[in-house]
Amino acid sequence: MSKVSELLNQDKSTLIGYFPAGYPTIDESVEACLEMIKGGVEILELGIPYSDPIMDGPVIQKATEVARANGFRLRDSFEVIRRLREQTEVPILVMSYWNPILRIGLREFAEELKTAGANGLITPDLIPDEAKDWIEISEELGLDRVFLIAPSSSDVRIKRNAEASRGFVYTVSTMGITGERGELDALARDTVARLREVSNTPTAVGVGISTGTQVREVNEYANAAIVGTAFIRAYAEGGLTGLIEKTQELAKGLQLQSD
Amino acid sequence: MSKTRIGDQVGPYFGEYGGRFVPEPLIAALDQLDQVYSKARHDPEFLKELDMLHREYTGRPSVLTEATKFAAAVGDCRVFLKREDLNHTGSHKINNVMGQALLTKRMGKKRIIAETGAGQHGVASATAAAYFGLECVVYMGEVDTERQALNVARMRLLGAEVVAVRTGTRTLKDAINEAMRDWVANVDTTHYLLGTVAGPHPFPTMVRDFHSIIGKESKQQMLEATGRLPDAVIACVGGGSNAIGIFHEFFDDDVKLIGYEAAGDGIDTPMHSATISKGTPGVLHGARSYMLQDEDGQTSDSHSISAGLDYPGVGPEHAWLKDLGRAEYRGITDKQAMDAMALLSKTEGIIPAIETAHALAGIEQLAKEMPGANILVNLSGRGDKDMETAARYFELTGVNRTVGDE
Repeated sequence: MSKVSELLNQDKSTLIGYFPAGYPTIDESVEACLEMIKGGVEILELGIPYSDPIMDGPVIQKATEVARANGFRLRDSFEVIRRLREQTEVPILVMSYWNPILRIGLREFAEELKTAGANGLITPDLIPDEAKDWIEISEELGLDRVFLIAPSSSDVRIKRNAEASRGFVYTVSTMGITGERGELDALARDTVARLREVSNTPTAVGVGISTGTQVREVNEYANAAIVGTAFIRAYAEGGLTGLIEKTQELAKGLQLQSD
Repeated sequence: MSKTRIGDQVGPYFGEYGGRFVPEPLIAALDQLDQVYSKARHDPEFLKELDMLHREYTGRPSVLTEATKFAAAVGDCRVFLKREDLNHTGSHKINNVMGQALLTKRMGKKRIIAETGAGQHGVASATAAAYFGLECVVYMGEVDTERQALNVARMRLLGAEVVAVRTGTRTLKDAINEAMRDWVANVDTTHYLLGTVAGPHPFPTMVRDFHSIIGKESKQQMLEATGRLPDAVIACVGGGSNAIGIFHEFFDDDVKLIGYEAAGDGIDTPMHSATISKGTPGVLHGARSYMLQDEDGQTSDSHSISAGLDYPGVGPEHAWLKDLGRAEYRGITDKQAMDAMALLSKTEGIIPAIETAHALAGIEQLAKEMPGANILVNLSGRGDKDMETAARYFELTGVNRTVGDE
């Protein structure tokens, strides 16, 4: 059983936080992730810096460019996971574009991921149709695999992608790339409603969520809210203090709902 | 037992290459495009409309020119140029663009986006947008907007919005990333008019089909001119659209097919764009193919004097043809290409695009290997857009001499 889906199936609000491994340096990224966890992030989405991140907006692009410029190498991801795992129990899902994984070799990557202590992978540019090998290996190793659904996905695809996922299925809130948005699309609510018709797989909504209010809203209809860009912007502008403040603000969205 | 024809292969897969490695939000649009195109490619109405555009707008069929003086200068061979440079907008790119613009109309979309390197595909897209009354945004790496300034002005005159991309290496690769990001956000109203045989299915198959007219016409023209098939068909390869376009009709014939990649400073230096010759299989821009990458799977920077070949990926069908041994891929350095550009200009009065010059530069060696061969070259584009680069390279700025008083 997936620890992630167990957590998400509890009757409570959940915040998933994205942060890039190695941003701005390896040490600082570990420190930042631990602060996010301390402040209320219950599942960590650890991003792997990649040269061509087509799902990401300028803030995440910039952060991953900084990490790479500071010497981040792909295998440093495992080091970051190990160091986090020494200090925290929260599930860690690695978010990576597909090519770096293929380059190391899918099996080797998956085994190292597991050994380091991560729980699975979120794959933004891998659809289940192309994921036969990954589905087999993740089943064998007991790793979570998170595929995406989007407002544009057909009902057939929503069902297929949800059933192919393990842990949760990632609902892309709106038609667009990562970044903050003032108002969340009604599309997110509709997409989750369509998911509920066809699957019990838990879902977390991401893309565009940047405030405590949005975290609360999303948790009203989904199992969790995913925030990325807002954490990175807070860190880029205010350092660790800025990040801690942003985490506190977002975590208020969790408390409000349980009142 | 009937033998499978290589030319019958369609996507999503070409052997182990191709597929769809894109975010889920784009799948619905790719499915729609696939459905609309699958119907259109057999629809007499669509084919008639496209044929009319070819004849009355693009100027097809493009002529075949025998380059006797160029051939005499490079060795023992006959050289035939398939003159895609004479198409409206000055390159082969218009073939694909008109086809996709018709499909855009069929899908009821009002906006197209395109990436461009040298600007040829951007100009062709802006042209189709003007013709069909579509809104057009062209993404172009900032580096390329500088080295292809003339084409930026052409696109803007045609009414397109040109966006300089400042992310990553600021060249074609990043222009494609930015176009994909735009497409993810605007997929309901927007068609991504991809300009080469790369990208997710159905682009590699569809773009190939739209360019296959190059091979169909030139096969007929070669038969008329020489009474037989050519011994070799050659083309430059960046993403690979003009090469696939002229190769496709010859896949199952006894004809040598050679693609020339940009070897930049030299194929054994880090400064090149020879994706097939020096790359490894990986996933880039939605398809599995050969690509230039480091040991972490990060895309490597490519280099070429030619903006249109300066791309670290290549279409999946080329990767398959390479592995099958059906086509061969060779590298041509910046210097070899520029020399060939000058030679064709001076011997035949035809200024080729620097991209195209990479194919021309391969003929000297090929004539040594195949003495007396009839060589068909895809003269994929004209060189007007490259005058700034050529002027700098050959030191042609200013006049030869001056007469009269100051």
